[in-house]
Amino acid sequence: MPGVFVLLEHDRGVFAPACEEALTAARTLGAAINEEVTAIAIGVTGSDLLPLCSAQGVSRVLALNDPLISDYSPELWGQAIAEVHEAKQPSLVMAVGTDKGNEVLAQGSARLNLPFVANCVSLERQEAWVATRLQWGGSLLEDVTVEASSIFASFGHHSVTPERVSLDGQPSIETLELSLDPNLARSLVQDRVKMSEGATLSTASVVVSGGRGVGSAEGFAPLEQLAELLSGKVGCSRAVTNNGWRSHSDQVGQTGTRIAPDLYVACGISGAIQHWVGAMAAKNILAINTDPEANMVTKAQYAVIADLHEVIPALIAEVKLRREGQSKS
Amino acid sequence: MEILVCVKRVPAPGSRINVTQDGLAVDTSNLGFTTSPHEECAVEEAVRIVEEHGGSVTVLTLGSALSEEQLRYAASVGANKFVLVETDGEHDSDAQQTAEAIRETVISLEASHGIFDLILFGNESADSSGYQVGIRVAVSLDRPMVNGIKNIDVGDTQITAHREVDNGYEVYSLKAPAVFGIKEGINLPRYPTMKGRLASKKAEISTISASASVASQQRVRLHRPEEETVETTILGNDATAAVKIADLLEELDLL
Repeated sequence: MPGVFVLLEHDRGVFAPACEEALTAARTLGAAINEEVTAIAIGVTGSDLLPLCSAQGVSRVLALNDPLISDYSPELWGQAIAEVHEAKQPSLVMAVGTDKGNEVLAQGSARLNLPFVANCVSLERQEAWVATRLQWGGSLLEDVTVEASSIFASFGHHSVTPERVSLDGQPSIETLELSLDPNLARSLVQDRVKMSEGATLSTASVVVSGGRGVGSAEGFAPLEQLAELLSGKVGCSRAVTNNGWRSHSDQVGQTGTRIAPDLYVACGISGAIQHWVGAMAAKNILAINTDPEANMVTKAQYAVIADLHEVIPALIAEVKLRREGQSKS
Repeated sequence: MEILVCVKRVPAPGSRINVTQDGLAVDTSNLGFTTSPHEECAVEEAVRIVEEHGGSVTVLTLGSALSEEQLRYAASVGANKFVLVETDGEHDSDAQQTAEAIRETVISLEASHGIFDLILFGNESADSSGYQVGIRVAVSLDRPMVNGIKNIDVGDTQITAHREVDNGYEVYSLKAPAVFGIKEGINLPRYPTMKGRLASKKAEISTISASASVASQQRVRLHRPEEETVETTILGNDATAAVKIADLLEELDLL
């Protein structure tokens, strides 16, 4: 009976791409431990949920509502999870280890004083729970056992390959009206400021990144131009932000953004481990570097051993030439 | 503003981390250590807030006696008071144990020192990356907490904080006492001055022993993920490689 609860991360009703990973992992686990999977949606209504349910094969949903939950709040969301846990006693509450997925699970588990195992790549229930989790952003793995009848666990973002399952029939959506402590509304989002539109570093299909080899803030102009031509985004390494050449929001790596583009173009980046763990989910990597022994080069599928300051302008010219050819034909 | 910053001693980011033969710990023999990057920024932010608004910065760390090095570093960049919650250093404590030891220390510090207006943690530690110690402490003290903070603005009655999200940021507005999880990028931490370094040698560190509680997570072993060996295709050695790169872009349907 207990069951697997999986948190659906959303921003005011728009479900995060990570939900697909969370649902895939939950289905696998539910089947392995022979317990039913229930998706947990906080602060959304049935009509918001139907498209997601049919697209991603979600047959059971618990919608948690409270007039206080008008937006995201780590404390209200965490308390909502804790209350539904007390009412339903699931074996496992899980999510994908995005910033907010981890935050909500930490908030929920802290309120129940239950263990929370963050960023798992595998999880099984034997006599105890047995998990393998990411440490050092993924450069080390830790096998742990957890002695508790019920636990919270997140799966490392981009560590589950999402699978879509179609839903036959209508989902069962149960709504629970909560009555949360109004004091917890103190951490609700008050406002949002939009700085850009469209794809972001974490969702872009092409990322053109520069490292120390770019040499200066101005040196990024050709990378900007190339990224724009390919409808991609510009990223950088930690050395670049530490030199003040670019904003930290462009940093790819363990302490920056994790990316998963179709193509990662790494220009003048040596590929230190803390950068690599942010880039390793890229489907294809092209390294442009003068050093054939650089980590980034030896780990890339494609490499050009040359000066990025010569290669990038030539590539921009070539891309423009082919584009013109396409528009003429 | 009375600010407490909780920091952790970790191997320097970028180091290749080796594991001891029994697989139970990181082999520290050839490693340099530093303050976990998000937390180094948290110390800097606290020092800047106190420079502007007055008050003091207390830095707390939990770990072996070696963690004193991280407290002295915080002293060299302007923090004022230092607390080492000492563990035996043989085993990493799990997140629930760590949070419990920090909670007890905060309560005892506040009993003599007054309530901290702000407690800052790093968003997650660079090494064990458990994403929960700060939140557990905040929940146990019944204080508001938001993670992922890249800007703090202290006003007369409210503390405004920005959290980076896709395409922009969210704004939170909390009343003290509050807790934040800080992310690298909130500032560029200063380097210690010579004067700061000298003063840090004399900084007084209060040491207390960590309380013993039972761990729920037991480490079985640490290991390195299997590395896929990649056959790197060299597309060229000069600018003429642009043609082959463009072919690759076409092949990947990106042109």
